[in-house]
Amino acid sequence: MDLKERTREIRRLTMQCIASIGVGHVGGCMSIAEALSVLYSKHMRIDPSYPKKEGRDRFVLSKGHAGPALYATLASFGYFDKEMLNTLNRLGTKLPSHCNCQLTPGVDMTAGSLGQGISCAVGLALGSKLAKDDARVYVIVGDGEQQEGQVWEAAMFASAKNLDNLTVLVDNNKMQIDGLTKDVCNVESIADKWSAFGFDVQQVNGHDEDAIDAALTKAKTVVGKPTCIVLDTIKGHGVSIFEAMGPDCHSCNVSAEQLEIALKELEG
Amino acid sequence: MEVRKAFANTLQSLMEKNPKIVMLDADLAKAGGTFSLRKVFPDRAIDCGIAECNMVSIAAGLSAYGYIPFVSTFAPFVARRAFDQIAVSVAYGGQNVKIIGTDPGISAQLNGGTHMSFEDVAAMRAIQNMVVFEPVDAIQMAQAVEQIVNYNGPVYVRMYRKDTPDVFTAPDYKFDLFKADKIKDGKDISIFVSGLSTVDVIAAGEELAKEGIDAEIINIHTVKPIDKEAVIASAKKTGRVLTVENHNKFGGLYSAVSEVLSEELPTPMQYVAIEDKIGVVGKLGELKEYYGLTVKDIVAKAKKLFK
Repeated sequence: MDLKERTREIRRLTMQCIASIGVGHVGGCMSIAEALSVLYSKHMRIDPSYPKKEGRDRFVLSKGHAGPALYATLASFGYFDKEMLNTLNRLGTKLPSHCNCQLTPGVDMTAGSLGQGISCAVGLALGSKLAKDDARVYVIVGDGEQQEGQVWEAAMFASAKNLDNLTVLVDNNKMQIDGLTKDVCNVESIADKWSAFGFDVQQVNGHDEDAIDAALTKAKTVVGKPTCIVLDTIKGHGVSIFEAMGPDCHSCNVSAEQLEIALKELEG
Repeated sequence: MEVRKAFANTLQSLMEKNPKIVMLDADLAKAGGTFSLRKVFPDRAIDCGIAECNMVSIAAGLSAYGYIPFVSTFAPFVARRAFDQIAVSVAYGGQNVKIIGTDPGISAQLNGGTHMSFEDVAAMRAIQNMVVFEPVDAIQMAQAVEQIVNYNGPVYVRMYRKDTPDVFTAPDYKFDLFKADKIKDGKDISIFVSGLSTVDVIAAGEELAKEGIDAEIINIHTVKPIDKEAVIASAKKTGRVLTVENHNKFGGLYSAVSEVLSEELPTPMQYVAIEDKIGVVGKLGELKEYYGLTVKDIVAKAKKLFK
């Protein structure tokens, strides 16, 4: 499956997953579809038939509310049956809103209380360094999430300990629940901040698979410091009716009719 | 012996045998006794800097990688400040993290209220699956460390770090993390005690004996899960219960013992604890006086049960 079709499948499965219960975090799922598509297709050293394999690369979704996008990706790569996506947030499900590593095959870390996932990712990267197993750790943080001080505690530590096996991807969709990040509590300049914290920083179009691929490839060549890729993205991207909602698509209802429109738009 | 020395020495010998153990500090390794581990294990004894929340979540990540991380700092900086990280990254995440909170309650002394945790036991006890342990002396601590390492799950250790009289000096003393330690048999009243109050309860027991009251003294070193059988058996025998602790009366040992007895064997009770007051600066003896934790206070509360 080519990268663009993989991205479309991730979006389709995400929409089906959220629509199965009628409500969910559409906006922040749609904005990271390309990043997940490229990571799982071309960069993560993983084996979907053996999710807990030692020495595998790890992925942490620090913006844990985008769980459905990760679940769609994992299903697309065969970690579990696509049918399971229809159990999102049903009592007893293995797919809760926010990622839980105790429940879901392929989920490497629990996250959901913002700011904590990146520190956990730093712990994983440190673990890999201690184990000398050459694993890499990828973590996606939200742009709004960077308002959490813990993000910068994690950044300072990762840089101080030279964790060059850690790549932070910032989903810079410029929106959060209460509005635009610049109005709520401005987080810019994101690239300058990560750079000041000692990261090797790249900034790319987060909806361009080739650009993300090139940035991830370059990140692997950086020695002695952690890397950051700022993904310029659009909340709700790929499904016009949700993208048009702006910040209100952060968490919103998804009707059967809206799903149909979305799936049509996401056809190859 | 200093409790922190017992902790660090034992941990060092365990780290020599087990490459999975990692020690994380937050710029208080010199206070907590773990600084010496840096020389022996430069890779596995790590300073996270003054960032306790980050330290706890990093520990969760290390645990997810198969390590057994210990984190250490002053009790309030972990139990208060990093409560959400302990609840989410560690407990909800199912991670095997060991948390050392030093200078509990009045033992913060001259650091005062900002550093004085009267609520840490209540907070940690309310987190699912958390084991809450408070050693009495260096002997107990030394034996506890290996059991804490071998236990798969989160543990909070409320550790007085400085020199304290040895209590469990019997050569055949065998510590069990999940069994209370009976210090003295008695028939008239059961005194359940934790941490640094234990030596005062032993002294209070001698005072009570002079007045013809035969007190049974039991150290509840692990307040969660509490040794129910020990509590019930003793309360059944004496019919009177006093709890003594260096913690707010809400949510600590008094609460834990009350929870057991109210369900299983309602028994007349008294408590010695912090009366919901804020922390203040002072030396240990002065603070015991100020908060009503002295031998005299313990004797007085015990005698109330005989009126």
